[in-house]
Amino acid sequence: MNLTLKVWRQSGPKDRGRMVTYRVEDVSPDMSFLEMLDVLNERLILEGDDPIAFDHDCREGICGMCGMVINGVAHGEQVATTTCQLHMRHFEDGATITIEPWRAAPFPVIKDLVVDRSSFDRIIQAGGFVSVPAGSAPDAHSVPVRKEDADAAFDAATCIGCGACVAACPNGSASLFTAAKITHLSLLPQGQPERLSRAKAMVDQMDAEGFGGCTNTGECTAVCPKGIPLDTIAQMNSDYLKANAK
Amino acid sequence: MNVTATIERGAATAPVIPPKGEEKPRAKRPGGFLTSSNGKKAVMAVTGAVMVLFLVGHMLGNLKIFAGRDSFDEYALALRTLLEPIAPYRTLLTLVEIVLVVSVVLHMWAAISLSRRAAAARPVKYAARKKSQAKGYATHIMRFGGITIALFVVWHLLDLTFGVVNPKGFDSSPADRMIAGFDPSRWYVTLLYIVAVAMVGLHLRHGIWSAFQTLGVANRDRNRALRAVAGLGSAVLVIGFLAPPLAITFGVVQ
Amino acid sequence: MNFVEGAEIRDTKAPAGPIEERWEKRKFGARLVNPANKRKLDVIVVGTGLAGGSAAATLGELGYNVKSFCYQDSPRRAHSIAAQGGINAAKNYRGDGDSIYRLFYDTVKGGDFRARESNVYRLAEVSVNIIDQAVAQGVPFAREYGGLLDTRSFGGAQVSRTFYARGQTGQQLLLGAYQALERQIAAGTVEMFTRHEMLDLIVSDGRARGVIVRDMVTGDIERHFADAVVLATGGYGNVFYLSTNAKGCNTTAIWRAHERGAYFANPCYTQIHPTCIPVSGDHQSKLTLMSESLRNDGRVWVPLRKNDSRAPGDIPDAERDYYLERIYPAFGNLVPRDIASRAAKNVCDEGRGVGPGGLGVYLDFRDAIGRLGRDAVEKKYGNLFEMYERITGENPYETPMRIYPAVHYTMGGLWVDYDLQSTVPGLFVIGEANFSDHGANRLGASALMQGLADGYFVLPTTIGDYLADGPFGDVDEEAVAAAEVAVRTKIDRLMSVNGTRTPDSFHRELGKLMWDYCGMDRTEESLRKALERIPELRQEFWENVKVTGVAEELNQTLEKAGRVADFFDLAELMCLDALVRSESCGGHFRAESQDSDGEALRDDENFAHVSAWEHSPDGTPVLHKEPLEYEYVKMSQRSYK
Ligand SMILES: Cc1cc2nc3c(=O)[nH]c(=O)nc-3n(C[C@H](O)[C@H](O)[C@H](O)COP(=O)(O)OP(=O)(O)OC[C@H]3O[C@@H](n4cnc5c(N)ncnc54)[C@H](O)[C@@H]3O)c2cc1C
Ligand code: HEM
Ligand code: SF4
Ligand code: FES
Repeated sequence: MNLTLKVWRQSGPKDRGRMVTYRVEDVSPDMSFLEMLDVLNERLILEGDDPIAFDHDCREGICGMCGMVINGVAHGEQVATTTCQLHMRHFEDGATITIEPWRAAPFPVIKDLVVDRSSFDRIIQAGGFVSVPAGSAPDAHSVPVRKEDADAAFDAATCIGCGACVAACPNGSASLFTAAKITHLSLLPQGQPERLSRAKAMVDQMDAEGFGGCTNTGECTAVCPKGIPLDTIAQMNSDYLKANAK
Repeated sequence: MNVTATIERGAATAPVIPPKGEEKPRAKRPGGFLTSSNGKKAVMAVTGAVMVLFLVGHMLGNLKIFAGRDSFDEYALALRTLLEPIAPYRTLLTLVEIVLVVSVVLHMWAAISLSRRAAAARPVKYAARKKSQAKGYATHIMRFGGITIALFVVWHLLDLTFGVVNPKGFDSSPADRMIAGFDPSRWYVTLLYIVAVAMVGLHLRHGIWSAFQTLGVANRDRNRALRAVAGLGSAVLVIGFLAPPLAITFGVVQ
Repeated sequence: MNFVEGAEIRDTKAPAGPIEERWEKRKFGARLVNPANKRKLDVIVVGTGLAGGSAAATLGELGYNVKSFCYQDSPRRAHSIAAQGGINAAKNYRGDGDSIYRLFYDTVKGGDFRARESNVYRLAEVSVNIIDQAVAQGVPFAREYGGLLDTRSFGGAQVSRTFYARGQTGQQLLLGAYQALERQIAAGTVEMFTRHEMLDLIVSDGRARGVIVRDMVTGDIERHFADAVVLATGGYGNVFYLSTNAKGCNTTAIWRAHERGAYFANPCYTQIHPTCIPVSGDHQSKLTLMSESLRNDGRVWVPLRKNDSRAPGDIPDAERDYYLERIYPAFGNLVPRDIASRAAKNVCDEGRGVGPGGLGVYLDFRDAIGRLGRDAVEKKYGNLFEMYERITGENPYETPMRIYPAVHYTMGGLWVDYDLQSTVPGLFVIGEANFSDHGANRLGASALMQGLADGYFVLPTTIGDYLADGPFGDVDEEAVAAAEVAVRTKIDRLMSVNGTRTPDSFHRELGKLMWDYCGMDRTEESLRKALERIPELRQEFWENVKVTGVAEELNQTLEKAGRVADFFDLAELMCLDALVRSESCGGHFRAESQDSDGEALRDDENFAHVSAWEHSPDGTPVLHKEPLEYEYVKMSQRSYK
């Protein structure tokens, strides 16, 4: 396949950045999207250019490191798929593909397609945990958990922290990410003691990081590679309101 | 694989963040509930709900026009004389109006401050035209819809409450004003009204569900039902509000 | 490559006496650090996977000052996140006869008698605490309707002792450790450095006292000091270029530590996983593992005829060779990983492989779908089938999957004693980065167990015994400067070659060479060839690699080049180790050492030892042998016929 790529290039945090167009030929449909960029990058290196910087690690859709906005859609149009799991066979020969970094003020661009997502870590720091020092835990069977709750908690816990939800949100809100963690822990008995303080601290931190407010547009769920549902946000809101009512 | 590169200048700009050490201090711990985005959202939902309740009452009142001019006027009078003689004329109505005005103001305040927050969080647009991945356009026109509604409300008050732009003026009966207001000769008013009510409908189709979500009432099991309530509720309101003016314009009610 | 044999090496930390009491004894014998003193003690933990994440969090909880490093943008992304299958623990919740002793026994046997009994016993013992800890943290393990934890049997184990969270156990366990870590970061006990790559170890007065790291965003070379250094930097499977490891997995941290004096044990022990998605072309950048559980219902076959190009559906049963069922009638498709892998390689070598390049075998669900129905199969394996289809574009409900073995795990690593301390005092090594518990072959679902056992329970206790002598005062400036100069020189050199080949092209070539000559089966001839080729290729690398850009900003080409450079040196040691160990054991198969059925043949008389390699300045490795003794589990030959 032959493709035209329009890629965001920005040499560093202070550079203003620009879109650069590359024509790439003989792309194999079996390549993953990142492999296509690898091949392009090797060419760029040989030509003495700086290759396109992008984040990636596991390339199996689980580490959450990769992510770019492809043709205006976070992780591309293939549903429930991370960028690394996207394959070229889903593109048409001769297509033009626009590639941009996640755009949100709390995700400043470091270089090209690489952004700084440390704001997510700080949201978890604010309360996304159960306070249980190693060695202090009771036997695992001392508290049974309803299977339904365990399964729902698991579904929420599958969030990979990629940030696509923020990138897709017209408000630049991190609600889906934050809600996924709050929901995961608030569905389990182990998460109850800190349930309300956790919700309050995490939501407040989300605000402090400069993320926007949620208007329930659902753009986040639609691009989320793990299909984290919107009702996690309702759960978060409920816990947050209760925390404030106290 | 062959590669050729061309550079397009000035296609877009990125936020320039200051280098390490000079970064703006991270926002301090936020203040109270009302300064948090979720707090503002809750304000919006509660005030929205108040307005929805008002709309329901208003709509039921409007429908009285089908029971005849007198019935409509009686209802309009009843609104003003309710609780008399315990309280003076128009007590309840004034209370309702106060609540409404407060709601509208708070609702708009929250909407504006959340929009500004959103704009700050997303300063750079995507170069590729961003397609909505969530199937729903109503969600994306909330702010636009809200402004349309606000403008309409102003017109609406001038027209039917204060009679400033009404052919019959202020010293007429409510039914007169209403029927005159939607006279076939003033079809453009009816049209404006239809557009505005449709906007309200769209605003509420998303808004009602959104309020459930914001107030944390929604969950996995209830979602379908709540979406249905929102859809049905807004449809009923739209039909209920459009029936009288259409009936008047088309001469069914005279 | 030459080597010399040095003095024998022994683990002096494991107490003697009944095996069940050793860990208890050690815990009691280990000196405690006075709580007020802990605040004065700094510990560096490199790596935030299950091992490093849990260790940093726990050390922080205990009150030490911890600095934690990882090369990703968040500690949550460490490669442990990708583990799918599950984690073993001797809870015996099923009452099916499991026990600490049985897990110990299975692990020693599974490791083909090349692991230390004391360590393995402790691992089995601590395994039960891991599950308690994880559950308390909110790890959403699979549960049954009664609300209790579900388990499954995994990797051919005869008891059901594997706890799991759908196909994402590693993710959920890592998030548990990550959350504990973030809690400590918030509490101020742990300082986190993301996007920082460790490039050298600082050894001062014979003690590990710090690291030199590169800030991958600014390119700054930084020095960080501490009273002890913990390496939890994972495995080095990426020396093969293609593996199931994450792209960033590297050997740099442990290799530099090796060059600074830490012995490297059993570098040649590599685990090759039988069920991975085959290579689709030259562009292939990594391989994806398909859960082993697929072999429970899928049947493995290749065409009877060579170069049979018919579509699989057109090949009648009579012309198919269900070779695992044929050769191993008792275990069939469920033979252990190394056996299944080698068998696949053999049929492909015969020219009967399928798919591009003939490097693949079928894993067929036709019969399972016929027997259980499509819905049941979908319920069990739906997400795996989806993943397969996403990558290959083929629908496994209709066409059989194609699978091929791929490098998955490295049992070798830095040599550590019972306290998990390396041969450099103050340098502790945990998780996949050390060599300790799996011998020559790791059982499925045991790596997660080991990482968390090391990080939550073992290291936090044993490191105290070392730190009780601290704080160790100022670090020798000369030692620091030397390490820093070494790092800068290497970077400058890489930046200045300006040749004509990319780092990836060298990495691919090295990987292919390793796979061909030091892969699933190894011969003296192939290893000698590799030992000849690696130095040549390394030389070409240093003369002809091209790194663009500058070193003072984010430069992913430079990062890669640095890692590839270290892989060359490691590759050489791996081949040497494989050559010297002329027996077959576990994941190490020397074609010369097999029985008449073609099964791996151990040579306990000559090789019942750990090979611990010392780096010497003149480049001639020194081999130290640590003899292995088996008091509890009698040595026997594995047989799966
Ligand atoms: C696909 C796959 C599936 C698996 N499934 C299972 C399973 O089901 N059950 C099981 O028990 N095991 C499984 N394993 C094995 C298991 O996941 C790993 O062995 C284990 O997670 C390793 O953990 P670790 O903490 O030692 O290292 P890792 O998780 O690899 O972490 C390494 C850390 O070190 C950091 N690091 C590395 N180098 C540097 C450097 N130079 N400077 C700074 N930081 C550095 C990294 O940033 C990272 O944080 C699987 C492995 C793979 C590849
Ligand atoms: C005065 C002009 C108005 C403006 C500017 C406005 C604006 C908005 C905005 C921006 C939202 C948030 C969108 C979202 O959450 O998705 C919203 C929500 C809402 N609006 Fe309005 N609106 C106005 C009038 C009204 C009126 C008249 C009603 C009802 C009769 C109403 C009912 C609601 C409801 C129920 C919500 C949902 C609250 C929530 O999300 O929780 N609004 N409005
Ligand atoms: S909620 Fe979904 S899109 Fe957002 S960070 Fe988590 S996985 Fe990514
Ligand atoms: S690279 Fe890990 S999710 Fe894409």
